[in-house]
Parts: sequence; C-alpha cells; structure tokens
Amino acid sequence: MSKFKKEGSKEQPAVSTASLPDIVFMLLFFFMVATVMRETTLKVNIDKPDATEVQKLENKAMVDYIYVGPPIDVATFGPEPKVQLNDALIDDLTEIREFIRLNRERRDEAERPLITTSLKVDAKTKMGKVTDIKQELREVQALKINYSTMERSR
Amino acid sequence: MGKRRGGPGEINAGSMADIAFLLLIFFLVTTTMDQDTGIMRQLPPPLEDEVDPPIVKEKNVFVVLANAQDQLLVEGELLDISELKEKAVEFLTNPSNRDDLPSLTMRTKADCESKIAQYKALAASSQGEAKANAEKELKDWQGKLTAVELIGEYRELPKAAVISLQNDRGTSYNTYIQVQNELQSAVNELRNSLSKEKFGVAYNELDPKSDEDKPKIIAIRKVYPQRISEAEPRSTGNAAAAQ
Repeated sequence: MSKFKKEGSKEQPAVSTASLPDIVFMLLFFFMVATVMRETTLKVNIDKPDATEVQKLENKAMVDYIYVGPPIDVATFGPEPKVQLNDALIDDLTEIREFIRLNRERRDEAERPLITTSLKVDAKTKMGKVTDIKQELREVQALKINYSTMERSR
Repeated sequence: MGKRRGGPGEINAGSMADIAFLLLIFFLVTTTMDQDTGIMRQLPPPLEDEVDPPIVKEKNVFVVLANAQDQLLVEGELLDISELKEKAVEFLTNPSNRDDLPSLTMRTKADCESKIAQYKALAASSQGEAKANAEKELKDWQGKLTAVELIGEYRELPKAAVISLQNDRGTSYNTYIQVQNELQSAVNELRNSLSKEKFGVAYNELDPKSDEDKPKIIAIRKVYPQRISEAEPRSTGNAAAAQ
C-alpha cells in the first residue's frame, strides 16, 4: 500500500512547452497563406443582397471590382449611391471604359477572355445606375460579369 | 561538466512562442475568410446599329417585368416572387403541352445523325460566313447527339424560347437579384433532378474539368438550356409588356 502511495506522491514533471512555438508557427503559416489583404479601401457602404444559387468566384487574380453604394462620407459626397473604381469615387460613368481597358492591358493576352467584372452593389440601389454600368461594360466588351451576393440557404 | 569555453551561450528560445503568437493574432484579426460568391451572367454584346429585333412568337417568351415598386408582372399577371420559380419551370418543360407555352420537339438519334451529315456536307461545300454558320450548327447537333446518347430521347425547347427579364430604372437591385436568383434556381433544379436521375449525382457536382463528366454537362445543358435574356434598357419610365 505504502509502496504505491509513495510513488503517486512523486511530483509530475512539468509539461514541456518546447513544441508550443512549432504549433503556433503552423497556425501562423496557415493564416498567412489563407489571408487575402484587401487592396482597396471601401468608400461606399455595401450591404450585398443574398441569393441561393450562388457560384464561387474562382481565380481572384482575374476579377475586377466595381463598387456601388451610398458613400460613407455623406458630408462630402451626399447620400446618393456612387460608383467606386479602385480607390476613387467617380461621377462620370464613362470612366469605367478606361478602367476596364487598363485592367485588360495589365494582363496576359491569353488570360484576357477570363476576366470577370464583379459588381458589388448595395441592395437598396436602384437598377437605373446598375443598368448604366452594364451598358458601359457592354460598350467595352467586358461581358463576363458577376453580381456579388451573400449566400443564403433556402 | 566544466564551464563552456568561448562562444556565446545558447539563446533563450522561450519568447519565440510569444512572438509567433503576436503574429498569429495579427493575421487572425486581419483575415477575412469570406468567399466571394455571386451570380454569374454573360452580358449581350453591344448592338451594332439599329437592328430590328427578330419577331418571336409570344408563347416562346417568358416575360418577367419588375416595376419601380418592386412588383412583378409575369406573363401579364401580377405574381409574387415565391411563385416565380414554379412558373419558370412550367415554361421550360411545358409538361401538359399547353398551347400558350413553347412547343417542345422530340429529339431522336436518327434525327441528330441525319442533321450532322447534312451540315457536314454543307460545311465542306460552302465558304466564308455560310461555312462558319454550318460549323456552328454542326457543333450544336453534335451536342444534341451526345445528349441523346447519354440521356435518351428528350423533348427539346425551341431555339427561340427565352426568359426575358425587364426592369424599370426604379427597381431596387435587391429585387432584381432575387428575380435572377429564382430564374437561375428553376434552371438549376431541372438540371439537378435530371442529372440525379440519369447519372446519380447532382449537376453542380459534375466536374467540368474531367473528361468523364464533360459530355454529361454538355448533354444536360442541351436538354435544359439556360436562356435568361436581359432586355435592352428602355429610356421610358415604365416598360411596356409587349416586345
């Protein structure tokens, strides 16, 4: 009896924390790889609509974004929905043509047909604005588009 | 166990974990795991000049109008969005052969083979635009043959049959997306059930990159084509129903 007791009362050695950095590094690398840094800062509020029949946007390098929504800075730009390209809000929608052209030139000839334009539009925007944007896109033959939505289960 | 001679002592690596944690937390906070999802659409190419729209029979067009109050007028009837899908499915399949819906034609193997032979001959003998057209038709019929071989004889929707979506400038984007979603969902549902029945897997689980699944996808697309057209925007406030 006493024999066991004696052994049990022996103090356990402390758990080695030597592998802790390794584990943490592993997590760290995972997050570093999975992270996509946002390229542009949003200047408009976008509350995307939701849909059930969504498709994932593959190949993010081939996607250009057009943002539409009410400006965050209401004092300067007013409450009406505005279009944002890269980092700037635009008034003249024909600037979209130049935007598409520049994006096309920056990519390889072979990849150009794969370019998708993603429209990130606030749910409350009126279709008039969206239609105008679509007309501009058709004008420069940027016909592959994606209406960005949230996923919702039916 | 004498004293170490020369050289610096070992660096204490105990704080390594802390540093790594710090970085980890930084990435944890900045990461946005959101997958970019959305509804894919192909816009029609810009119109060359004033082209008169082709005359399409009324029964071959499924007109969906959305007005500035976000109400829907489907085939001349006020409709709630929850019923839209059912209507669209009915239009695409015409199960009871109604006269006011597109009339589907049966496609048989002999049918496809004779057409393929015909267009092959035409493509070989003609030139320029006519040749291109014949080749396009040839490809179309080869696709249909694949469909007949994989799925069996099927009822084909006429070429002219389209779902036409028209909206007002005042329609909200949300409504527009919901309508697009319902129409897409109608097509997807038909494709999925057909795929499940014939191949045992859902349509969206077929892999477009695999050689085995590719003909299956072509076949299903032939049986249930996705023809959602967006009407040319109208400058007038309220779009008229007739095209």
